Amino acid sequence: MTLDTKTWDELREIAARYPEARSGLLPMLHLVQSVEGRVTPEGIEACAEVLGISAAEVNGVATFYTMYKRKPVGDYHVGVCTNTLCAVMGGDLIFERLKDHLDVGNDETTPEEEGRRSITLEHIECNAACDYAPVMMVNWEFMDNQTPESAVQVVDDLRAGNEVHSTRGPRLCTWREAERVLAGFPDDRADEGPAAGEPSLVGLKIARERGWTAGGTYGSRASDEGESK
Amino acid sequence: MADTLTPVLTDNWDVERSWTLASYEERGGYAALDTAFAMAPDDVINAVKESGLRGRGGAGFPTGMKWGFIPQDNPKPKYLVVNADESEPGTCKDTPLMLASPHTLVEGVIISSYAIRANTAFIYVRGEILHVIRRLQRAVQEAYLAGHLGKNIHGSGFDLDLIVHAGAGAYICGEETALLEGLEGRRGQPRLRPPFPAVAGLYASPTVINNVESIASVPSIIANGAAWFAGMGTEKSNGYGIFSLSGHVTRPGQYEAPLGITLRELIDLAGGMREGHELKFWTPGGSSTPLLTPEHLDVPLDFESVGAAGSMLGTRALQLFDETTCVVRAVLRWTEFYKHESCGKCTPCREGTWWLTQTLAKLEKGEGSESDLDLLLDQCDNILGRSFCALGDGATSPISSSIQHFRDEYLAHLSHGGCPFDPAASTAFAPAGATA
Repeated sequence: MTLDTKTWDELREIAARYPEARSGLLPMLHLVQSVEGRVTPEGIEACAEVLGISAAEVNGVATFYTMYKRKPVGDYHVGVCTNTLCAVMGGDLIFERLKDHLDVGNDETTPEEEGRRSITLEHIECNAACDYAPVMMVNWEFMDNQTPESAVQVVDDLRAGNEVHSTRGPRLCTWREAERVLAGFPDDRADEGPAAGEPSLVGLKIARERGWTAGGTYGSRASDEGESK
Repeated sequence: MADTLTPVLTDNWDVERSWTLASYEERGGYAALDTAFAMAPDDVINAVKESGLRGRGGAGFPTGMKWGFIPQDNPKPKYLVVNADESEPGTCKDTPLMLASPHTLVEGVIISSYAIRANTAFIYVRGEILHVIRRLQRAVQEAYLAGHLGKNIHGSGFDLDLIVHAGAGAYICGEETALLEGLEGRRGQPRLRPPFPAVAGLYASPTVINNVESIASVPSIIANGAAWFAGMGTEKSNGYGIFSLSGHVTRPGQYEAPLGITLRELIDLAGGMREGHELKFWTPGGSSTPLLTPEHLDVPLDFESVGAAGSMLGTRALQLFDETTCVVRAVLRWTEFYKHESCGKCTPCREGTWWLTQTLAKLEKGEGSESDLDLLLDQCDNILGRSFCALGDGATSPISSSIQHFRDEYLAHLSHGGCPFDPAASTAFAPAGATA
């Protein structure tokens, strides 16, 4: 067993959040990835032991969900949306360019090199940001409105260790740090980044300009005029 | 007559630090909670019934009626589960809502839990939207500290715990019983119904599962009244909803409007299709809703009218494609998605989505023959209505509708010996005036 005491304690802590412990399995596997860099046999055994189920049952779950990786993931996970809308808007060309630039195929990782960070490249499905197409995700943070050139710049900066910010979120952390947040251990960076990007606000902006409202006191401009508390 | 756009859920998205408790409370947030606590839980259910709110996750089932199905004489605990697994291709409304105003959802969760008498609630959020998860985690933490969650909320005697649960990548978990499996730490495969979740859902206990936007609409209904909500929209599709425009339109983005607005009006508000191009086909509510064409521009976007036009309102995910887009390429890519996301539980979907992909891929390369179109439709017939859940049904929608509207374009691939379109012309970064 390579997992340290802290990880064992945190796995138990996750299980204890739920009315029934097994509900903790998905976040527990996220925690395993944050510590181990992938879902390892040791991590599977640990989840099984904490939950009192078989390793085969844990394995069955770990192999069902696409965010769980059996091969080591690099410092950064770069996902290019190639579902229809993003693909048509340029996602296919972005993905081709990055494969070529990084010299890796889908779901492959750049080699470990002294002084450089590694990147795992994958094409992903719709990530609920279609109004920002074409979309790329780094460690599941939004990189909106990409071009092949901007995507190359992002991965070059990541590999060089330069600071990169999500277009609608915080300064990018590593994939392992991201997985820890998904396990339910916040990193205290919720306040970084904007409330919304421009496309999220287009309709609201027009409504403001034309004086359109829904009426009522909740959730309308009326609340700004003191009609509610 | 309501205004053309009616910002309610989106109304605070342009406010400084709108995601914080301070910002939300400054605009009257969490006041609807006290209004609800002054009502009997059944009266809250009745108010939501009278508002006419129908599920915003795609199916359009009346929300208040769903709550009324919870057997209150069942001694087991009741649960509320919010479906925040937004993954239907084209759908991008819940994600910006939770990013900009997570407290709207949290307030809705508290009122809804009070109504169905649940003391534990969950937000099942897809794992691939990290910053949204950060904002939800923070909002829940803030709500506990402010006494909006926990024991004896606002002195009402009502207790509620709220758990933010991150998924791990599975479109199928948007299906409510598959979501419950995921929440129970299992492979996300749908359950046989009956029993329905209202009777035996999470941990075999009575459970309500609602979409983010449905739950987020509840505080406004309680604060402004059912009549206010029902006064917007059309006869059987009441209220407002977020319409998400994406693709080849000048200003893609979120437009919150009464149900019944038309795509023509929305495209007009969005500055028209991108310059020099015209609309070719669109989805009204994600890739699982049959494709429509410019002849449907004036269809009122409500549940009944879109249904009558041969499609479904779905999630109001309006993906717009202009004449540079190859419909066969678009449909093949969606089909590959369904194949990838099929959970494998039932044969028609597990095997059928592979068959569909093979047949389509051949056509896209200009191989095969015209009879392959009939083969495709036959394959669709063997999946639609024969699958365990709606994923298989959804997989057939783009295929059968595209063959109905664009049969000639499939044939052009055969006569051309491949795709006649230039994929570069359809990109967002194509030079102006590029043609296919």
